Amino acid sequence: MNHAYVLSAANTPFGRFPERSALDLMASAANGAIAAAGVDRREIDGVLCGYATTFPHLMLGTLLSEKLGIDPHYAHGVQMGGATGAAMVMLAGELVRSGRCRRVLVVAGENRLTGQARDASIQTLAQVGDADMEVPNGVSVPAYYALMASSYMARTGTSGADLAAFAAKMRANAARHPDAHLRDPISVEDVLASKPIASPLRLLDCCPISDGGVAFIVSDAGPVRIAGAGQAHRHQHLSAMRDIMDTGASRAFARASQDAAVKREEIDLLGIYDSFTITLTMLLEELGFAARGKAAERLRAGDFDSDGVLPLNLHGGLLSFGHSGVAGGMAHIAEVWRQLTQQAGTRQVSPRRCAAVHADGGVMSAHVSLILTAEGV
Amino acid sequence: MNADLPTHGEGALSDEQMGVLRCADCGTWWALSPYACAHCGGVNLVPAKASGRGVVRARSDIARAPDDRWRALLPYTLVLVQLEEGPTVMGHLQGAAAMGDRVCVQRVRLSDGTPVWQFRAMT
Repeated sequence: MNHAYVLSAANTPFGRFPERSALDLMASAANGAIAAAGVDRREIDGVLCGYATTFPHLMLGTLLSEKLGIDPHYAHGVQMGGATGAAMVMLAGELVRSGRCRRVLVVAGENRLTGQARDASIQTLAQVGDADMEVPNGVSVPAYYALMASSYMARTGTSGADLAAFAAKMRANAARHPDAHLRDPISVEDVLASKPIASPLRLLDCCPISDGGVAFIVSDAGPVRIAGAGQAHRHQHLSAMRDIMDTGASRAFARASQDAAVKREEIDLLGIYDSFTITLTMLLEELGFAARGKAAERLRAGDFDSDGVLPLNLHGGLLSFGHSGVAGGMAHIAEVWRQLTQQAGTRQVSPRRCAAVHADGGVMSAHVSLILTAEGV
Repeated sequence: MNADLPTHGEGALSDEQMGVLRCADCGTWWALSPYACAHCGGVNLVPAKASGRGVVRARSDIARAPDDRWRALLPYTLVLVQLEEGPTVMGHLQGAAAMGDRVCVQRVRLSDGTPVWQFRAMT
């Protein structure tokens, strides 16, 4: 079978852009990716578009094709919560490898911050919970993750300060990215003193809600190969999670690793979903990039720094680059792409060969792992 | 039985006991109304009444409510409780109970009339 590659990556700035619609943000990122790829838009034969909660259209792939002047022979929307972006890259890769498509536009954008009231965002997102047994308790996505955090912290000895260290780190990373939503430095103490949301999580343990868009062109040639991909879906609802130590992340990563014939030890760059500090901590540990209860210890040892052995979310992650829905999860892939192609400017780390990307949707419900490798840079 | 109370499965249930489903083939209990048993693959899921007793597996004190109605009820504490029968359910907590404590449930109305499953420590 052929290989598939990420040919280009582009993003809009993330933040507060009340003048821009979801479609504006999608189109802006898409045009950026097409221009960066140096391809004629008439050569784009596939379109995959992530959903937007502010713009629940029935056929986003087709709509966006019209708006972008594209005439693809394969196009549709995709919905998998936070795992959507990584899943679209996986699917685009399969479409290219099978020969169905040669150049696939993968795009998402949403004005999640300014396109609706904050309560409306929170209520929409809470519907990932069970309509009969969970949502009627007055629960929100932060509360689902807080409940999970209480259990995980009790099992592993992870402390609030351990979680806070990741929030501070993501902010420091975002300070070096001109497109990041939140760039003012924060300390561990600031996180621990921030407003309680749902114990044990505080405001700065939670990602912001942002406006923004990200797009890629996946093709049969390019500087970053989609070397492996894998998924896992073990539950939808927190109440139905089978095992907090086996949520599906490690299963998805094992499938991606096998696909790529890459061992964990060969990974030298990370883009890990971080909707909350607990998300990042649990994923790092379940994926095997830190022992149980030891993710913060590795962080404090400098292993996840720019000059460490496993640079992590160098754009600042959802926690500080921002979370504009599907595009928020794609920003990790955009940063990994820039680092692997040595186009990260002042954030550039020493040459990296092999990145692991992981995203989850729902409450650790839908998992997608990608292995991306630098090709001939 | 109060018409406002949610029901699970097809049987009428007492408002004092938590309605769940049980696999008629292998006996596994399920709280979230599945259409097949993930344990044995059977599709004969029948309404059953859970004991309402279990162990606290997770708890969170909520400070940020999803809307104005819940904001008026702040603060409240949510728990995940693993029932004696096996499945885990979400509910409100009244009084003190820590992780690992044994609790029992009752159907209650909050001050604004909202019905919830409320757990409390077993004495």
